[in-house]
Amino acid sequence: MAAIAPEQFPPPFDPDDYIGPPTDAEDERLEVGVAIVGGGPAGLACANRLMQLLEDEPELTEKLGEVPVAVIEKGKACGAHLLSGANMVPSAMRELFPEMEPSQWPIYQEVTDDAVYLMTKKRALPLVPMPPNFKNHGNYTISVAKLGRFLAERAEEAGAYILTETTADKLLVEERIVRGVRSGDKGRDREGKELGNFEPGSDLMAKATVLCEGTLGHLSYAALEYYDIAGQDPQRWELGVKEVWEVPEPLTKVIHTMGWPMRKGARHNEFGGSFIYPMGESKLCLGMVIGLDYTDATVSCHDMLQEFKTHPFIRQLLEGGKRVGWGAKTIPSGGYWAMPSKLTVPGMMICGDAAGMVNIPTLKGIHYAMHAGIYAAEAIVESLKRDPDSVDFSAYERRVRGSLIEKDLYQSRNMRQPFEKGFFVGGAIASAMTISRGAFPGGHWDQEPDADHEMSIGKAADGYPKPDGKLTFDKLGSVFLSGNATRDDAPNHVKIQRHVPREIAQTWVSMCPAAVYEIPEAQLGNGATTVDVNVVASNCVQCGAITAKGGRLTMPEGGDGPLYQEV
Amino acid sequence: MKICCLVKEVPDAAVQKRLDPGTKRLDRGGERNLNPFDTHGIEAAMQIREGGEVEVTEIVAVTMGPETAARALHKAVALGADRSVHLTDDALAGSDVCATGYALAKVLESESPDLVLLGQQSDDGECYVVGAVVADHLKMPSLTQVIQMDVSDGKLRCERQAEYGYDTVEIALPAVISVGDAINEPRYPSLKAIMGAKKKPLDTKSTGDVGIEADRVGADGSQTQVLGINPPPEKQAGEVIEDEDTNETVEKIVAWLDERKLLA
Amino acid sequence: MSDILVYALHNDEGEFNKNSLGAISEAARLASGTGGKASVVVVGEVADDAAAGLGKYGAAKVYRCKAAPEGLAQPIVDVMAKVITDNGIGYALFGGGLLGFEIGAGLTARLNAGVTMEVTAVRVDGGKLIAERPVLQDSAIVDVGYVSEPGIIIGRLNAFDIEESGSGDAEVEDVEVELSEWSTKATMVTRGEARGEDINIEDAEILVGGGRGLGEKDNFSLAEDLAKSLGGAVAATRAVVDAGWYPYSTQIGQTGKTVAPKLYLAVGVSGAIQHKVGMQSSENILAINKDQNAPIFEFCDLGVVGDLHKIMPKLTEAINAKKGS
Repeated sequence: MAAIAPEQFPPPFDPDDYIGPPTDAEDERLEVGVAIVGGGPAGLACANRLMQLLEDEPELTEKLGEVPVAVIEKGKACGAHLLSGANMVPSAMRELFPEMEPSQWPIYQEVTDDAVYLMTKKRALPLVPMPPNFKNHGNYTISVAKLGRFLAERAEEAGAYILTETTADKLLVEERIVRGVRSGDKGRDREGKELGNFEPGSDLMAKATVLCEGTLGHLSYAALEYYDIAGQDPQRWELGVKEVWEVPEPLTKVIHTMGWPMRKGARHNEFGGSFIYPMGESKLCLGMVIGLDYTDATVSCHDMLQEFKTHPFIRQLLEGGKRVGWGAKTIPSGGYWAMPSKLTVPGMMICGDAAGMVNIPTLKGIHYAMHAGIYAAEAIVESLKRDPDSVDFSAYERRVRGSLIEKDLYQSRNMRQPFEKGFFVGGAIASAMTISRGAFPGGHWDQEPDADHEMSIGKAADGYPKPDGKLTFDKLGSVFLSGNATRDDAPNHVKIQRHVPREIAQTWVSMCPAAVYEIPEAQLGNGATTVDVNVVASNCVQCGAITAKGGRLTMPEGGDGPLYQEV
Repeated sequence: MKICCLVKEVPDAAVQKRLDPGTKRLDRGGERNLNPFDTHGIEAAMQIREGGEVEVTEIVAVTMGPETAARALHKAVALGADRSVHLTDDALAGSDVCATGYALAKVLESESPDLVLLGQQSDDGECYVVGAVVADHLKMPSLTQVIQMDVSDGKLRCERQAEYGYDTVEIALPAVISVGDAINEPRYPSLKAIMGAKKKPLDTKSTGDVGIEADRVGADGSQTQVLGINPPPEKQAGEVIEDEDTNETVEKIVAWLDERKLLA
Repeated sequence: MSDILVYALHNDEGEFNKNSLGAISEAARLASGTGGKASVVVVGEVADDAAAGLGKYGAAKVYRCKAAPEGLAQPIVDVMAKVITDNGIGYALFGGGLLGFEIGAGLTARLNAGVTMEVTAVRVDGGKLIAERPVLQDSAIVDVGYVSEPGIIIGRLNAFDIEESGSGDAEVEDVEVELSEWSTKATMVTRGEARGEDINIEDAEILVGGGRGLGEKDNFSLAEDLAKSLGGAVAATRAVVDAGWYPYSTQIGQTGKTVAPKLYLAVGVSGAIQHKVGMQSSENILAINKDQNAPIFEFCDLGVVGDLHKIMPKLTEAINAKKGS
């Protein structure tokens, strides 16, 4: 069977469409002091820190106008689109809220016991000693969806404006200076035509714009191209699919697994594993994470998680339980080399996942995002105090580069790459890296974009179980549980080529955890080498996987998508 | 003409709803949002104002609910209401339809509206009748499920689908009208309106401010009591038959339908 | 000892609405448990024999107010409030339908009474009535009791079955009621206008729901023929509406309408949860699908694994034959 790569079929997408000058009449434009794009850990840490600092700066606050700080969030609530494991390192929460005790944070428990297992089809072999990158003692198990709500509440109480159900569609740039963002339109139909209740977006002008868009990085990636500040390596992603279960027997430790159901051979290029975390006494969560550089077009992370649950070890953990939550999201895995070469341009800064501040080997990103948000806030206040019209926020870049973010990511800069050599060799090299703190093998191990890997139709799907509705589920049921009730004629925000080789179409169909892509039934069995691809955009939970694998996710209508409660 | 729009804050439609087995009341946790049905009421008010047939002096959003219900009012104001009134008081907690209707009527009395608009139902209570209860207390004519409304001086011409087909009814103002979904397509609020919402006047009132008698509201003042909650009768996965001989299969289906009196 | 009063709606030809007849039957059944009797309120020009004939359904007495206009709620609130107060009646019971809601609600305010709506069942407990109603999109059933009299029960559409349990005519009494000032402020201009285009599937007792398994747009004619034979309407899933096979106004599900007909016949419907939540409360669910693993077979009352193209035409024929006989 022919091997074809998705990057040969680039989506109809031009980043320049999303950067430009304001188009509203001057007196129609809205003004805020600081515009923060994204109500996640980075954006909300930034908002909270800004409000804290502004309390002591009445003069500056006045100069920032009626709305000193605005957070623009596309979900229905801050947290509606957040999903992660997660075991959070407490350093950023401590820095942001020094007077709070961890018991006042939205945590489930402090991690005291963890384990790593190497899975085979029937067994779960504990890895002793535990690979050090998985140690989580001193960290706190949280739901990032709940953290979002918590941080947003604090920010709002402190006086920040949280504008939910609002997308930042376009970066407003004049003479290469970022002047704000333009919010998305509402009330278009699937083809983009204006409906009866059409409401155009607005130009939101700001003295400082902070991009905290997370893994999708809509404006961030457009800006990297426009300003030519992309990192040395292209960004890569992993897709995580997660479930929350109510269980009668509480889980007592944080678990990570490697091995089955990922296949070990180098040609499959399947890198990833699972996590199983306790959520208090009555719930636990489990997730499957896979690098999107795999090569078998039939790989479905959603269904790998279903298969995983049939393993006797996992089945037993879920015995008597009930699935109560589901979600999916990508995580940037390019690490150090994929971070932008510059994190700030005149008028703008990029923080968090959008800037690739994620340490894949340790699965950490939340506290880095928050620290970055805090640095951005401090740099803004510092700069605008000196000169309220300043657009120079280079102090932010200096802070990040001199911080633990830079240090930690540098140390693990080559750790993901060895796994293209397969599980065992990769594992050995990665261990060597951890032990030597990045000194060995050293240098820069190049990375390729996920979409460059050639796809072929393989046998991954052979192991996927038929959903039984109790332990295993189908994609539509999962989408329902994510709280996604997007209107059927919502504008199609997914950009892909619609007539592609079967291997590419199959890649998308299997990859998407929300069943957005369909090959028309008539074309399924007819042997044609090129097929059509239907897009059911209203199913989309905005995980971002399509952007990694040959398409591009652009901004949906504000408010659309999942309403994650506790993932 | 002064229009009051009754709005309610309800759990977001996407939140898995549940009843609290302890209090036997709706677990009102999770995301909350302006009752989507009420957005049709606000839109109807805005269309009357923009239609120009009558002069609308004020559109006031009114709600009864806990502190968080102020969000529903912000949303209503972002959609076009000029100001809002928040009736909130611990004494109101646990009010049933009878008590709620009475309390809302009292706060509306203090506003003396010419027209009261609300949505046909709320996402959580699924009650459909608060408007009619309020109207009787206010001694105003009322209609529910209105899907077409034309305003002229002092009266309304309304259409709705009733038991026998579409009724056209003329109603003299002041009146209470519950609008059905089909009446209009609610607008999206502009970002400017959303940002300005918190600055619009919001009056908070307690039961004492509007003359509500405490013994007629709250859980104790309610005339109904929830005695128990049960899961619905288990829908047994029924019989599944394989079609081998279609004639036989069809016979079986017809017999099954006949048994259940579905072939009347 | 509590009497139960029912409102019986009729059209301009004097025919009583079947939900009202169901309510009378139910009241008669319950009245034996509460130690009282079932009586009925009718308004407008109702002939003597029509009123007395309600005894067939178990009504002991019919209160008739000729002067009050039929079709609008508030005058009837005035009538029922008077009858209830004058006769110390303990409960008011309504069959499903718009007027029932509005009158029940008006009485709630007028008499400071407890009200339960969308009631699917009523039972007697210690001489008192307990109403059962589904909540949270039918995911739970709540038992509601009444603190004081009267208590108002508004049934869901088709909740109460018609039973001809009565023996003999009901006693007819004419009552005079002074209408409230605001009851005269609404006037009926046109009543009961039929409008062809918009089939309201929410009111249909029988629905045939078509899904992707039908194969192509033209095959919806199979669903239409079957629906016609059963006297029902046609509904559709999101997938086929998306594909342009059938109009959005017939879409059932999470992003469509919610229905609870007496019969939902799902043809070529997989039963994904997005669709299920829109029809799961149907009294009887019959499914025809060629995939034995389709989720719909987990929650239907009768499932047929087979080719709908073969089964449906024969089924339509057989039903027509049976009804014709």
